[in-house]
Parts: sequence; structure tokens; C-alpha cells
Amino acid sequence: MTVSTILYDDRTTAGLSADVDGDHLWLTPAELQQATGWKLEPEGLCRGDACVRLDTGWQDAQGRVDLAAFARYMGQPVVREDAAGAWAFGESVNARRDQLFSLEAPDFTLPDLDGKLHSLSDFRGKKVFLFSWGSY
Amino acid sequence: MWQVVYEELQKEGLEFIAVAFDTGGKAAVEARIRSADIAERPPVLARLMGWSSALWAKQAPPTYLNLIDEAHVVGELYGMVNVPQGVWIDEAGHIVRPAESAGTADMVRHMNRETFEVPDEAVNRGIEIRNTYIEALRDWARNGAASRYILPPAEVRRRMRGPEEADVRAATHVRLGRHLFAAGALERAKHHFNEAVRLCPNKWNYRRQSYMLDPESIGQLNVTPGFWAAVDALGDESFYPPADFSHAK
Repeated sequence: MTVSTILYDDRTTAGLSADVDGDHLWLTPAELQQATGWKLEPEGLCRGDACVRLDTGWQDAQGRVDLAAFARYMGQPVVREDAAGAWAFGESVNARRDQLFSLEAPDFTLPDLDGKLHSLSDFRGKKVFLFSWGSY
Repeated sequence: MWQVVYEELQKEGLEFIAVAFDTGGKAAVEARIRSADIAERPPVLARLMGWSSALWAKQAPPTYLNLIDEAHVVGELYGMVNVPQGVWIDEAGHIVRPAESAGTADMVRHMNRETFEVPDEAVNRGIEIRNTYIEALRDWARNGAASRYILPPAEVRRRMRGPEEADVRAATHVRLGRHLFAAGALERAKHHFNEAVRLCPNKWNYRRQSYMLDPESIGQLNVTPGFWAAVDALGDESFYPPADFSHAK
């Protein structure tokens, strides 16, 4: 079975051909970096300042990396929809909690009605009243 | 409806950002944002939302930023559990009031579900709650860090409901559900929204969204039996607990 779409953080990557094997999801290092930003380096998997040493069984004989095993190690929720070839990886509780309790307003980028993207960080230097609503 | 308040407070240096938690995207929200719809808004909305007739008469199309959040990401990031909820962010990008009802209260629970009438007593209480919230916003806009309505960091943290495993898992279901919805896999999208509701039964934005994913319901107000059953199941608990300003006294 193949997974073509991975949702990771706020990124959605389509056109992948990751192999599903039970609870494992095997990606080439290039696909892994494309889908998650994590890059395979001699030290392990690295992104920004962080590096995580590869654990036993995370890499197969062909050099592919098991993203599902890595995500579970990182405490990230994994939700899958095999029929649609899509898996989603969420944020870990600890990362989310640290972010919230830092009281630094988390940045986000979303479209307006015309599809133009705006970020909260565009408003730095101003007071912002951020509020939700829904048509329902 | 916030426009008249925005016009006043923007001059004092306060920006508004409205975020629609709407998986139906532009199709669901456009008619609510663009001007054509405004004169036709049913007056029961004013009575439900606590807008005084004076403010309601001055409604105008918004000039503040209106963003569309199909996967309810801002709700996840800020711990918002319903709409409308507000967060106050200062000039340095720090949260000075965490997620809370943005001027709303439980008037919907007093509405007659056949006639949509709301008793005056409930309406008047709603207006009072709305006006109290606007007054607090006004004070913050004018006085900034000196406003008695901003909360010390320890109090902001105390009021934040720390995310649990169920919250991050539910948010992941919603992200996948939104992806499936956009891809046309409606039934599977619903499954993932329902999972999010099961994991976080108190997140009303997920619950209310989960009832309104069918094409004919996109953009409609929710008066489904499932919604009312869920509201009734609250018993004595609040649907919209009003913002707590006791700290400011």
C-alpha cells in the first residue's frame, strides 16, 4: 500500500510514494525532507537546531526512514486514511503546551476571501484582538 | 457586526483579526462577510448575540482582516473551544488574555426552537455581557499595558486549559478530515470530525462543524436536532461562559 499525501505541521505534501507496512511508513530521505523538513544527516534526523539520533529499526536496508516510528518517538499523534493514501502527523502535547505556556502568541498564516495569505506576525508592534467565528 | 467597534478602536491602535473556523471555506463564509447579506440578517441574531439595537443598526461590512481557517488551526494553537472566542495579543506578540467567549453568553439556550423568539430578559442580559466585553476592549485599546483588563502572565497561564493528548490527536483528525473534505471524500471526512468530537466533546467548534459538512448545510446556521440534543446535554453547564473580568475589579 502506498501513501501519496502527508500532512505534517502546517504543510501538505502530495505526489509521494511512501510504503505502508503495518504501523510503519517508509519514505526515502528526499521524500522525508520534502514532507517534514527533517533531513537525514550523519548525526541522525535534523531540522533547524535539533537533531534526533536514529533509533533501531528506523531505517531499512534501502536507506528509507520510518516516519511513523520517528513521529511516535517524538510524541506526535498519527492519524491515517489508507483508502485515500493520506496520513496526518500532529504536534506533540509537550511541544504544544510549551508553546502555549510561553505566552508567545503562536504565528499562523491563513488566506482571506481572495486567497491572499496573511500572518499574525505582520501585526507585530500593534495590539491585536484575534477572534473566531463560524457560519454554523 | 464588530465593524462599528473596530472603527472606533482602530484609531486607538487596536487591530482586529477575524478567523472563520469553517471547513466549507469561502463558500461557507463569503455571504456572511460581503456586504450584500447585511441588510437581510435576521434580527434574532442581534437578540442571540447581545448586540444592542443601537449597534445592530450601525452594522457595516468589515474592513478588518477576515481569514479562513478550514482546519480550525487557530483553535488548536490558542485553545479555543467554540465560536466566537477571543484572544488579546499585545504589541510584543504576548498573550494578555487567553481564549474566552468574545462577548457572547447563553442566549441561544433561551430561544424558542420553533418561533426563534428570545425572551427580553435573556436578551438584556446578553447585551450587558456584550457591552461589558466591548468596554474592556476599549479600555485595553486606550491604556495598553496599564489597562486593568489585561492579565498578569501567571493568571493567563492559570486560565489556559493545557492541551492534553486528546486535544492534539483530535486536531490531527480535523486536519485529515479537512483534507478529505476538500478531496471530496465527505463520508470519511465526517468520520474524522466525529473522532475529534469523541476525543474532545467540549470543543464546540469541532462539534458544530461536524454537523454542518453536507453540501446543503454549508454556510447555514445550525438548527439540527443533533446540535440541540448536545446543547441540552450540557444541563447546568454553560455553552458560552462569559469572559471572567473579576480580576479587573
